[in-house]
Amino acid sequence: MASVAYIPQYDTRETYLNTNYSAASWLLTRDHKRIAILYMFSITLFFAIGGSAAVIMRLQLLTPHSSLVEAETYNKLFTLHGIVMVFFFLVPSIPTTLGNFLVPLMIGARDLAFPRINLLSWYLFITGGSLALVSLIQGGVDTGWTFYTPYSSTFSNTHVVLAICGIFIAGFSSILTGLNFIVTIHKMRCPGMTWFRLPLFIWSTYATSIIFVLATPVLAITLALVALERILGVGIFDPNLGGDPILFQHMFWFYSHPAVYIMILPGMGVVSELITAFSRKHVFGYEYIAMASLSIAVLGFLVWAHHMFIAGISIYGGMVFSILSFLVAIPSAIKVFNWMATLYKGSISLETPMLYALGFIGLFTVGGLTGLFLATLGIDMHVHDTYFVIAHFHYIMVGGAVMAYMGGLHFWWPKMTGKLYPEWWGRISAIILFLGFNLTFFPQFLLGYLGMPRRYYAYAPEFQVYNVMSTAGASILAVGYLLPLGYLLWSLKWGPDAGPNPFKAAGLEWQTASPPPPDNFEQTPIAGEPYNYHEMDFANE
Amino acid sequence: MDTTFRLFPQQASQGAVAVDHLVLFELGVSVFFIVLIFGLIAYFAIRYRRRSPTEKPPYIPGSNALEITWTLIPLLITVVMFGWGAKVFVDAHTAPDNAMEIFVIGKQWMWKIQHPEGRREINTLHVPLGQPIKLVMTSQDVIHDFSIPDFRVKQDVLPGMYTTEWFVPTRVGEYHLFCDQYCGAKHGEMGGTVVVCEPADYERWLAGDLTAEPPALAGKKLFTLYGCNTCHGQYGPTLAGLYGHSVDIIDDHGVRRTVVADEAYLRESIIYPDAKLVYGYPNRMPSFKSTLSEEQILDLIEYIKSLGGAAETSPYVGPPIGAATQPTDAEPKITNPPFANYRTNQ
Repeated sequence: MASVAYIPQYDTRETYLNTNYSAASWLLTRDHKRIAILYMFSITLFFAIGGSAAVIMRLQLLTPHSSLVEAETYNKLFTLHGIVMVFFFLVPSIPTTLGNFLVPLMIGARDLAFPRINLLSWYLFITGGSLALVSLIQGGVDTGWTFYTPYSSTFSNTHVVLAICGIFIAGFSSILTGLNFIVTIHKMRCPGMTWFRLPLFIWSTYATSIIFVLATPVLAITLALVALERILGVGIFDPNLGGDPILFQHMFWFYSHPAVYIMILPGMGVVSELITAFSRKHVFGYEYIAMASLSIAVLGFLVWAHHMFIAGISIYGGMVFSILSFLVAIPSAIKVFNWMATLYKGSISLETPMLYALGFIGLFTVGGLTGLFLATLGIDMHVHDTYFVIAHFHYIMVGGAVMAYMGGLHFWWPKMTGKLYPEWWGRISAIILFLGFNLTFFPQFLLGYLGMPRRYYAYAPEFQVYNVMSTAGASILAVGYLLPLGYLLWSLKWGPDAGPNPFKAAGLEWQTASPPPPDNFEQTPIAGEPYNYHEMDFANE
Repeated sequence: MDTTFRLFPQQASQGAVAVDHLVLFELGVSVFFIVLIFGLIAYFAIRYRRRSPTEKPPYIPGSNALEITWTLIPLLITVVMFGWGAKVFVDAHTAPDNAMEIFVIGKQWMWKIQHPEGRREINTLHVPLGQPIKLVMTSQDVIHDFSIPDFRVKQDVLPGMYTTEWFVPTRVGEYHLFCDQYCGAKHGEMGGTVVVCEPADYERWLAGDLTAEPPALAGKKLFTLYGCNTCHGQYGPTLAGLYGHSVDIIDDHGVRRTVVADEAYLRESIIYPDAKLVYGYPNRMPSFKSTLSEEQILDLIEYIKSLGGAAETSPYVGPPIGAATQPTDAEPKITNPPFANYRTNQ
């Protein structure tokens, strides 16, 4: 990177960043790149809020009977952590930031198909997020992010309806973003960009968008019904009103399991880009990875009741959902094996984004394999609702989705800002995050198998050793998140200019300047084969 | 209770060993793949590290043979996991006929437990060693979950329906009992202890409370107290021999069909009498939904069971006028198939 020549005319070139500095030009922008930056600020704020709640929870769990926070407060903290992290960080994270920024750039378009709707999505997201935060300031919600009935609809005395309204509104943001991506990918590809030349990040974003559009309305309906029962006493879920509490779980997981794939599919897309760029190889099994994304999106709709094996459904229902859950593991495994084959005989450079990508593969493998335990009926009946589940989904969500987001953020940061971050700090942070993450969450597998239930503010003394390890890991993890916040912001002012393609990566987004001009490309690009590293000349770039 | 640090939970039930074997199998598979993936990452990162900035690796777009291989192998492994897991799960949900039934009622934030002989306890469950135990569970408010990690059993406990869980305790000792489904403020303290004792000690413990009243007897008193006896067996359908037999009913859609009079049917008929009306009888019975607690409903069901039931072979039909059967305090006979009785997990 140091070898990239400094090109002086970059200072005077018009970019999407310097075209107008007024606040209105940002808040009323229709530029997908600026909207991506707006999202990035917003979700970073939500991540900080959700992360702070996690820090207090980990401190509470340092001792078996801590008096740091009251029982009710602890319950509100994990609810806050779940709601904020799921609905206001993980679901929007990669699609709305990297996706918003990259979808038009990667397919050679000037913007998304509906720029105004894109801005509307952000305002809906902010409105929903603000309502959720108001419910927090008002005193919080104590139902857990899963809002299980009849607790949420009849028994809880907290601000459930306000939080539901927030999630309901933010849901429309997801739907509109998904719609925007689908239309853009269908209609706005540049000349030469056929479906099987699309970057794999676009394939995974496309699969994610399908889930956005099809699953999110079900969540909206479900939460609206909870509000209806809560406000008007219409009996839908509460048996005392003639309702069925299991019906809620079916409806809730019909969204919330596909939502898991909303969180992980874009991460898989990012990793496919990073692995190829930093091993300088054509991706192995392009069609298989692309189709694996689509099959995950489709199969993901058919596995929801694996959250309910012991909830009171029939054992035969359990068997159907168990086998389907195993099936959805197969396309994930295919992806991992294809990434490994891509590394084979590559030219591997362990720069920061690559460290995150390799970390993703390792942690996602652990998360995926422990998912098999949970899909197994005979094991789930022991570990369900314990810390085993917590550990499993944090390996997927944090070890997977957040690692991919961090990797993608570092990879495309020079494209977004035109600046390079300090590489040494990047690598150190990636390693700290990896180690801190494992120390935090690996002991929770053991805790869960021993039987420690989730959502407990106090626990039996024999669980303490693992909890101390977990809390220690969380403090390392916190450092790993604070460091990038520091040096990435630092790079905005003091980082060296990046040039158009600092990593010598393939892909249309690297063919335009960094940061890109307002209309993305000086001339409409013409797409060739993707990942054509074997045809690139690394000596003359 | 043994609260020392350990890696693996104790194996204190017949099902614990089966679950642990399955876990060890999947752990073996997982360790293999984790070592494989982490090992390959480390090996490739070193073996194929970039040696010069202009290095250009070979073009390898893919291989159908490899793709099929690494699709089929995981598929086969997961099919084994599914089958084995389903076997363990079905075994864990098929209680033997001689299982002793204990009633469990969850409420925010305690477990109320009723033994068949009448002894009741809260947040502690005494069980005799080696005796199959079947818990029949319901909730008075929100969803709870009855989990005994050292027995490897867990089942949600829901309002408005009965769920079951069974085990054979195989080790004398005290074990944790947790509520595993979040149920509100004191969820973190909703739990207690399962005490496994020698059968003789269990008998001694049962006899410890001389005021204990068997549920069937308590139910009989309720039956008189609420005036049930003024209709049932006279103007209304008799309850003798009802339990476990099919009943000719008109449901709330006006459809005439037969249902089996199990616990769920009896409970529903007590709180929603018009949901399944015995054919040929008018809807005269008031709802006892807000009158009776879940415990009292269970007492009444035990009383109805004690009136005889599945042992008789003739299907139950409406009684001839004036043929009221006298209730007896006979031993309840439970010969119904293990999972035909509840709406759930069967």
